[in-house]
Amino acid sequence: MDPILIIVFAPLIASIIAGLGNRMLGDLAAKSITTGALFLAAALSWPIFIGFLNGSESAHVVPVLKWVQSGDMTFDWALRVDALTAIMLVVINSVSALVHLYSWGYMEEDPDQPRFFAYLSLFTFAMLMLVTADNLVQMFFGWEGVGLASYLLIGFWFKKPSAGAAAIKAFVVNRVGDLGFMLGIFGTFLVFQTTSIPEILAASAGMSGSTIGFLGMRLPTMDILCFLLFIGAMGKSAQLGLHTWLPDAMEGPTPVSALIHAATMVTAGVFMVCRLSPMFEAAPTALMIVTIVGAATCFFAATIGTTQWDIKRVIAYSTCSQLGYMFFAAGVGAYGVAMFHLFTHAFFKALLFLGAGSVIHAMHHEQDMRYYGGLRKAIPVTFIAMLLGTLAITGLGVYHLGAGFAGFWSKDAILEAAFARGTTSSTIAFWAGVSAALLTSFYSWRLMFLTFWGKPRWIESEHIQHSVHKTPEEAGEDTTGGYHPHESPKSMLIPLIVLSIGAVLAGQVFAPSFIDGSAEAVNGAFFAGSIYFNENLIHALHGVPYWVKYSAFVVMVLGFVGAYIAYIAKPDIPAKFVATFGALHNFVFRKWYFDELYDAIFVKPAFWLGRQFWKLGDIGFIDRFGPNGIAAVVQRGSAAAKVIQSGYLYTYALIMLLGLIAAVTYVLL
Amino acid sequence: MDFPILTTMMLVPLVGAILSLFVQAAAARRIALAATLVTFGLGVLLWINYEIGGAQWQFQERYELFAGFSYALGIDGISLLLIMLSVFLMPICILASWEAITKRVGEYMAAFLFMEVLMIGTFAAQDIFLFYIFFEAGLIPMYLIIGVWGGDNRIYASYKFFLYTLLGSVVMLVAMFWMVAQAGSSDIPTLMQYPFPPEAQFWLFLAFFASFAVKMPMWPVHTWLPDAHVQAPTAGSVILAGVLLKLGGYGFIRFSLPMFPDASADLAWVIFALSMIAVVYTSLVALVQHDMKKLIAYSSVAHMALVTAGLFAFNVQGIEGAMMIMLGHGLVSGALFLCVGVIYDRLHTREIDRYGGLSINMPYYALFFLLFTMASIGLPGTSNFIGEFLALAGIYQASSWVALICTTGIILGAGYMLYLYRRVAFGDQKNPDAAAMGDITPREWAMMAPIAAVVLWMGVYPESFLAPMRADIAALDAQIAASAPAGDADLVAGEPRAQSANAIEYDAHSAEGAH
Repeated sequence: MDPILIIVFAPLIASIIAGLGNRMLGDLAAKSITTGALFLAAALSWPIFIGFLNGSESAHVVPVLKWVQSGDMTFDWALRVDALTAIMLVVINSVSALVHLYSWGYMEEDPDQPRFFAYLSLFTFAMLMLVTADNLVQMFFGWEGVGLASYLLIGFWFKKPSAGAAAIKAFVVNRVGDLGFMLGIFGTFLVFQTTSIPEILAASAGMSGSTIGFLGMRLPTMDILCFLLFIGAMGKSAQLGLHTWLPDAMEGPTPVSALIHAATMVTAGVFMVCRLSPMFEAAPTALMIVTIVGAATCFFAATIGTTQWDIKRVIAYSTCSQLGYMFFAAGVGAYGVAMFHLFTHAFFKALLFLGAGSVIHAMHHEQDMRYYGGLRKAIPVTFIAMLLGTLAITGLGVYHLGAGFAGFWSKDAILEAAFARGTTSSTIAFWAGVSAALLTSFYSWRLMFLTFWGKPRWIESEHIQHSVHKTPEEAGEDTTGGYHPHESPKSMLIPLIVLSIGAVLAGQVFAPSFIDGSAEAVNGAFFAGSIYFNENLIHALHGVPYWVKYSAFVVMVLGFVGAYIAYIAKPDIPAKFVATFGALHNFVFRKWYFDELYDAIFVKPAFWLGRQFWKLGDIGFIDRFGPNGIAAVVQRGSAAAKVIQSGYLYTYALIMLLGLIAAVTYVLL
Repeated sequence: MDFPILTTMMLVPLVGAILSLFVQAAAARRIALAATLVTFGLGVLLWINYEIGGAQWQFQERYELFAGFSYALGIDGISLLLIMLSVFLMPICILASWEAITKRVGEYMAAFLFMEVLMIGTFAAQDIFLFYIFFEAGLIPMYLIIGVWGGDNRIYASYKFFLYTLLGSVVMLVAMFWMVAQAGSSDIPTLMQYPFPPEAQFWLFLAFFASFAVKMPMWPVHTWLPDAHVQAPTAGSVILAGVLLKLGGYGFIRFSLPMFPDASADLAWVIFALSMIAVVYTSLVALVQHDMKKLIAYSSVAHMALVTAGLFAFNVQGIEGAMMIMLGHGLVSGALFLCVGVIYDRLHTREIDRYGGLSINMPYYALFFLLFTMASIGLPGTSNFIGEFLALAGIYQASSWVALICTTGIILGAGYMLYLYRRVAFGDQKNPDAAAMGDITPREWAMMAPIAAVVLWMGVYPESFLAPMRADIAALDAQIAASAPAGDADLVAGEPRAQSANAIEYDAHSAEGAH
């Protein structure tokens, strides 16, 4: 049996057992089965990945079951294993296994644990189906499957109204993207008469000059197809315009945020663009859109990240921003680099989220950073882990030393690629990326300083007040309120430590493989045709001027210094800034008013229209003039008929007489 | 097979119907369950013995009666699947009525069994007049079920139901007379091959359309459906949504498309327009409903609009997709009405706001409800995805505009169904009586679990369902292909670009940081 079958189906089976067994099975059994399945899957995934690194594995497809055959349209269940899949396998299964383990501690007091673990494993299965898809429809299956799991996990604490609302929002906004994805699949089938990804990719270049009719317009075929598919990617990867669901998704338990809304599911859009890279390379306009959307998102989300108080929301906007980097990397043709950032980001962002979860755990479910402070000594392991994560995301590293944290390798490569590409859109992306790097450094250090440095501000938090049974007045001078944060249990710390190692080393170790394709030569050997590999661009990327190579370093330092001044040296600066630039701050703090805008132009009108159609359309018009109208006519007619059907003999005689006269008249004349 | 299995499948429930009229309530229930189970068993036999790739019409029976009118039965793959849907749902309906119906039980069971006879007859009839009799007679038991065992406003609902569906059918009968006179035969397979003159096709199409559009129901003749559903007892809703709504689609496949292909092509834009309006309009109406059954009823109209649009896409994917939606919707909306029935039996209200937090006290119920909700919004892996995906893929080949508007249904559908699920299953337990309801009973398990299994089966391995109808739909497609309107895609080949989009020149020597 091919190991990929075990990798993919073990989580599914575990999920079904834990989910249906639920209370009969008990917490411990449910947790053990799901976590065990995931560690098994992770253990089997690494050899495949390493096999592709050293060239001993080759791409293959494992057929599973016939799915659909309808006329010329056929697609089957099958698992595709190639280098691109292998990258995703290790990312998904490693992070998922660690998150399962972490949840033992984090969810310890939850009464509903089997359901939680069942959902986590179900998610992993769906994500694996997505990345092993050999045809667009199976990819869509995984795509919707992760959407379902995301919906269930965001709404896991379903008693909270905000969780229910966030879950629906996530699903429905994603469906907007899915509309594009589905139309993209339909169009692709129409053009290529197949949904098989390898066949489509092989034929893409040949279609690059053709045109097609779409909504009454005549458009370049590949551009419109790729654009439609990219709308799907924008939904899943929370890109500008379809990003509004991601911050709200933080209503879910923190391990979920780490697994789904940071490391894996939200990167599905990037994966899709990379998987279909030969197709996108036949679509210059679509690629330009990918670049611009990615660049805009990476800047826009980073601005919001600088103003939020909720620790998870800061990291959520950071995720959104980092996904923007990956997209513009893909847009300029550096797909390997995009995948590299996806890979490193999975480690350090999962680390940051799990670290934040550990902080929240220690602070009695308080998520507002205004009530943190001085936690460095109370929870030292968490602190170190978060520090390493922050160094990784801000991209600490020095080019001439050839050493750095994970984010240094991947983010800098993205900026270099954007610069080296040299078009207008890629140059815009470069500058947006540099600006966002400055903001990234600022908000990341702001988070660190607010949480771990300074004086404790704990007693202001209602959660802490509940815990210590004191009001701020009663606590007086002691701003800790007498609260003692505890370091998290081992089950939570071990994942932090493992991910810390990834955040430190993932870039250094894997940079040659991901960026150059192999350690020795620039030939894309690692990817082995699983993505479009642009050899010249990689050469040019290495050859950019030194100021480009150091730009990210410089802005990282500036961001750090800015955050240090604002939150350590002169803590009154933020308040003054807000007072001076109130309108600007409000605009950013309110997340550029996207939610308000969408509510006003989509949600409210939909309900209003629904009511109008119902009350005025169905009841007021169709029923009134349709069945009820006919009934009224019949009633009136029968009322008239009643007059003559009086039952008196003389009326009948009269009518008969009149009728007779009429008949005779008719015959005679 | 020489054994007249189709007639037997109709005789068993007929005998059951007559018997249950003369016995006590408890016995009537048992008789009804036994009769429907036996019929289902015969259905399984029918399916097993149906030869895929064999003759187009199988299990044929024919007895000449008078004046060319004959008792002729026979099925192709399309009929087979719709008969299977009917006989599968019937025992579940009996179970759903087990405790809910307490008055006139014998008559109620007789009405259901009689309806089963008529439904099988409709799908198996090979004589156009025989079809008409079954098709129209099906109204009578449904009318009685709503009118006698329905809710408070049942008279209005049953009258509306009857008025709409009967008026639609009268013109169809006139058209049938004309067709039989013209073609010299009332045999449906013969009529399917008969080339009706194009100018006559137009009027014939409209006459049939009047009947099928109401049955479907298409916008704007859909308003009978929400009222009928709301007033009907649970099992009545299940059959109404599960089988009766499929009669319109069956009619389009069996009559309109093969017999009037030119008119179908000419008027496809009308169907598309009405379908697009229905998807958007009824989905938005569903969004603002307070009554669970009304919400699901409106969602049915939106789903059926995909069926009509798919059928008139004039390609294999569109028609197969439409068939799969009909099967999937029959199961899923039936199951959703069962879900409503389960809690209605406990609390006697369909008001959404009276519930809330049911995931806490009814976890398995919440699981089934979730599965059917997800199936209803076409999640891949469930039956409805296959149908919607194929139908929309077919529609896209006909027109990207229609595909775009119809695909918005997946957004709106997710909106109203998840909003419903959230209000019923999520949130806090704000009503003590709703919080006190117990989880589903073994009888309710027996209703839900089989449907859930088939929904997943159809989603994961739809080949079981696609294979029997493949040849029939291919034949239909071949027959109508000549009339098919051109799509709007009109792919024009061009000179491929010389290079990839991101191809760049690179000069190694000029680079500063190269190593």
